Amino acid sequence: MIEFPPGLILVLGALLLPFVKGPVRGALSLLLPLATLVAVWLVPDDANVTVSFLQGMEMTLVKWNRPTAVFATIFSLMAFGGALFALNQNRKVELPAAFVYAGSAVCVTFAGDILSLFIFWELMAVGSSIVVWSGNTEASGRAGLRYAAVHFLGGAVMMAGILAHVFALNAGGVENPLLLDYFAFGPGGFDALSFNGPGDIAPFLILIGILINAATPPFGSWLADAYPEASESGTVFLSAFTTKTSVYVLMILFAGTELLIYAGMMMAVYGIVYAILENDMRRILAYSIVNQVGFMVCGIGIGTEMALNGAAAHAFAHIIYKALLLMSAGSVLYMTGKRKCTDLGGLYHTMPITMWCGIIGALAISAFPWTSGFISKSMISQAAADNHLFAAWMVLTAASAGVFLHAGIKFPWFVFFQKDRGLRPPDPPWNMRAAMIFFAVLCVALGVWYEPLYAILPFPNVNGPLYEPYTVSHVVSQLQLLLWSGLAFFLLLPVLKRTLTITLDFDWFYRRFVPVLWRSVLKPVVTVFGWSRDVFFIESKRFAGAMTRADTEAARIPLFREWSLGSAMVLITFFLFVFLVVGYTH
Amino acid sequence: MIDIQANLPALIVVIPLLGGVLATFTGRGILPWAWASLVTGATFALTLRMMATLLQSGAPYISYELGNWPRWWGIEYRVDLLNAFILLVVAGVGFITTLYARESVNDEIAKDRHHVFYAVWILAITGLLGITITGDAFNVYVLLEISSLTVYALIAMGKDRDRRALTASLRYLILGSVGASFILLGIGYLMMVTGTLNMEDMHNQLMRLANLDTNRTVLVAFAFLLVGLSIKMALYPLHMWLPKAYTYAPSAVSALLAATATKVGVYMAFRFLFGIFGVGFSFYAMPSHLILLAMASLGIVFSSLAAIRQNNAKSLLAYSSVGQIGYIVAGFSLANPDGVAGSIVHIFNHAVTKGGMFLALGAVAYRVGGTDISHLRGLAKRMPLTCGALALGGLGLIGMPLTAGFISKWYLVKGAMGSGMWGLVVVVLFGSLLALVYVWKLIEAMYFGEPTGRSAEAKEAPLSMLIPIWILVALSIYFGVDATFTGETATRAAAGLLGGTP
Repeated sequence: MIEFPPGLILVLGALLLPFVKGPVRGALSLLLPLATLVAVWLVPDDANVTVSFLQGMEMTLVKWNRPTAVFATIFSLMAFGGALFALNQNRKVELPAAFVYAGSAVCVTFAGDILSLFIFWELMAVGSSIVVWSGNTEASGRAGLRYAAVHFLGGAVMMAGILAHVFALNAGGVENPLLLDYFAFGPGGFDALSFNGPGDIAPFLILIGILINAATPPFGSWLADAYPEASESGTVFLSAFTTKTSVYVLMILFAGTELLIYAGMMMAVYGIVYAILENDMRRILAYSIVNQVGFMVCGIGIGTEMALNGAAAHAFAHIIYKALLLMSAGSVLYMTGKRKCTDLGGLYHTMPITMWCGIIGALAISAFPWTSGFISKSMISQAAADNHLFAAWMVLTAASAGVFLHAGIKFPWFVFFQKDRGLRPPDPPWNMRAAMIFFAVLCVALGVWYEPLYAILPFPNVNGPLYEPYTVSHVVSQLQLLLWSGLAFFLLLPVLKRTLTITLDFDWFYRRFVPVLWRSVLKPVVTVFGWSRDVFFIESKRFAGAMTRADTEAARIPLFREWSLGSAMVLITFFLFVFLVVGYTH
Repeated sequence: MIDIQANLPALIVVIPLLGGVLATFTGRGILPWAWASLVTGATFALTLRMMATLLQSGAPYISYELGNWPRWWGIEYRVDLLNAFILLVVAGVGFITTLYARESVNDEIAKDRHHVFYAVWILAITGLLGITITGDAFNVYVLLEISSLTVYALIAMGKDRDRRALTASLRYLILGSVGASFILLGIGYLMMVTGTLNMEDMHNQLMRLANLDTNRTVLVAFAFLLVGLSIKMALYPLHMWLPKAYTYAPSAVSALLAATATKVGVYMAFRFLFGIFGVGFSFYAMPSHLILLAMASLGIVFSSLAAIRQNNAKSLLAYSSVGQIGYIVAGFSLANPDGVAGSIVHIFNHAVTKGGMFLALGAVAYRVGGTDISHLRGLAKRMPLTCGALALGGLGLIGMPLTAGFISKWYLVKGAMGSGMWGLVVVVLFGSLLALVYVWKLIEAMYFGEPTGRSAEAKEAPLSMLIPIWILVALSIYFGVDATFTGETATRAAAGLLGGTP
């Protein structure tokens, strides 16, 4: 059977892509993801492929972990959809990089030890940085560097954590300290808050490393910074893998860690606040990734079987509808060259397929019944309710309404309807349409025919149904929520239209109530997040600029000046002196 | 007929020594290069055989007495796992860069000096090999002078391309001579105390001193050696000779130096600190290793920052080399198994990675005429294989998984944790982030924007250059994926050093 990590088909196949052209390249780019998908399903249940690493340690390249099936399947499927969408573009490096990226993500899900997980994790960072940078504009070049820097910082922190833990395990005489089992910190990892040795800090470092990748504020600004700068197809790939791989890793290492409930709630709110204030259509969708991943992180923090199932299912559903939304936005960008909501509008006249697919994606992200979002998101809310986590349930419910506001209505409304700007572009080329239709069909199919997905969840129930999404109360309460927030949107439309100026000139009714809410609750939140964002967007650029300026500026700083021979001699004598004195006085 | 197997250690030095001298008679044309390739190739084969012999024999070391003089009077060559490994690196990189040198030297050095160039080139390699193989402290100094003088000459030969090579060479000559005389003084003081020049003997005599820790002659010897060695291995901030020298030397010379010269300096430090003075004196009685650690940490941070600011890709890599020396020194200063193993394995990993990158820049200089960042702009469209090699090498410098740099980082961070040096963990990881920035600077230039000027018409480098470049780059990837050989060798060699064998 399959005796190698299925993701390698994509990673190694990607290396072939630059050498083929035309139809062969097209065929290959569609076949590789499908082959990976087949390979994923051919991996035997008891697979355990190991290779040796330094000093007798072993790396386990292929092993089924509980959530592997869900994530490996959707990652391969996503690689196929993305490749189909990207079929007509001719950038040389983007697709190979995206395949390395996607393939590594699949490899991460099959990793049975922390080191191979980390290796593919870093390979993902390389691939995705190149994808960002393939946007091939000045802005995407800069964004790519910032993106890479953040991810390698995260990787470095995570590596320090891994090594600290390996070191502690080695000291404890553990046979093979790389095994993932030793790294499943779960709820217990944070109970023992003592710093007796380097091992005790390990869970924190690893967690921070993962949260950076999951775009948790205040580490999360890279996502909205980088994703919208990639190309139309690049953003589609990017939306799927990085944050969801983090969700996967959190799920196997930190399931049930209470801290994650709050982290998830914060992400859900953060994403909404910024998505509502944003004007760039793809950046709106990027912020809503943070919001949606917040649901999953929250579910992992809750940590019950239902919550983990919900998080995994939601990741599956989310990848599909988010990719669909970004494909729709990407098609608009591709055909019009415009990306700001205020420049778009009235496209429903000539881009019906793009519009309908965008609306289906919007309904799915809003968890409208009979779409994929509904059968997954409600599981997390249900788990929160079952565990009497009232605050979490409240925030998640409010966030669901917020999602409907910004991604569910705002995006399609401003792009396809609203004011007609006289734009009359046709629908995009056939392959882009095909990719959108494929994912739109998946969105609806999953909403109606959800049993196959439920069957591969981390904790499939053998006795009877695992969770019943379509109860009357579920459907009714969700519809109520959506209708009311829909109503709110159209009432608030005058305000939302002017999102560029945040003066918020409310009419008389709101003047009494909203300013208080704004001053005491929303504004502090926006300010704090805004501050962290400013540090990232503005200060980091300024700092990087100062540090990388060559020649004249640098010469003024003594540290970087060329030493004259005379002062070099003084320095040499100084060091001789230091070594002598230190030797005498030790 | 000479028995090759029995005289293997001597032949490793004698063959290139004679070969180098004979190279002056090879005249013009292709002959000097062919002769140099033959000699370095034969030497490389001998070091391979040396390694195999050592591994097969299972002995901790192979001793060889030159001229059958007893080792306390004559000169002893002694090969253990550590220097067999370093010999392999020096001879291997020497051979590969020689293969590469033909086109590059044709282009950069006047035709009537080729025989001189290759003669000096072979002698430089001889000196480096000799330092590594010898078990005699004074012999170290003699061979150090051979390698230093030849290297000054090699750097100065860059003058046909850029006159600044002359001042760079002079600068290195002055600072290098100071370093070498410090080392000589140190050896002299050691001889005063011990009455011998054989390293093992020296160690034994030192250990017999009752007042070793307070003996002032030993202390002065120690201080002189530390400073002298720091200059030779370009430890920050005593690296002042290095950036200019690497920048203006002929391309092949830069690659050879970056891969081998400073590494042999580090090897000398191993022999003196661990072998002669012993771990107990160097790392426990004396607090000097803390100073080395501080210098190394500063070096990692500030040289990387300096590398980011460079406008010339060669000086960028030169500053990066100073930072990488910081990793190596920090590793052995920890004096624990993981740290020392990291140091040894990084000598190899950095040699292949940086050697490959300098060779690739040499190919750029060959096709485009310069190595400024502006020359690199958009070059990936014209020279994809050369630029690909540079990019992969760059990933190695960052320490990405699946490159050799990751293996080094793994050992070093683990070693730092073993000694509880959390500050060093931060420095090492921060250093790899800084490496990301300067490597990105190269990558962005190569893959972004449109080539202009000569870059626009450049063709891919000739195969005679591409093959050596890719051999080194492929090695840096191979030993990142399967580090069994390098990792095991380094771990065993580190155990040997820490066990105190001279």
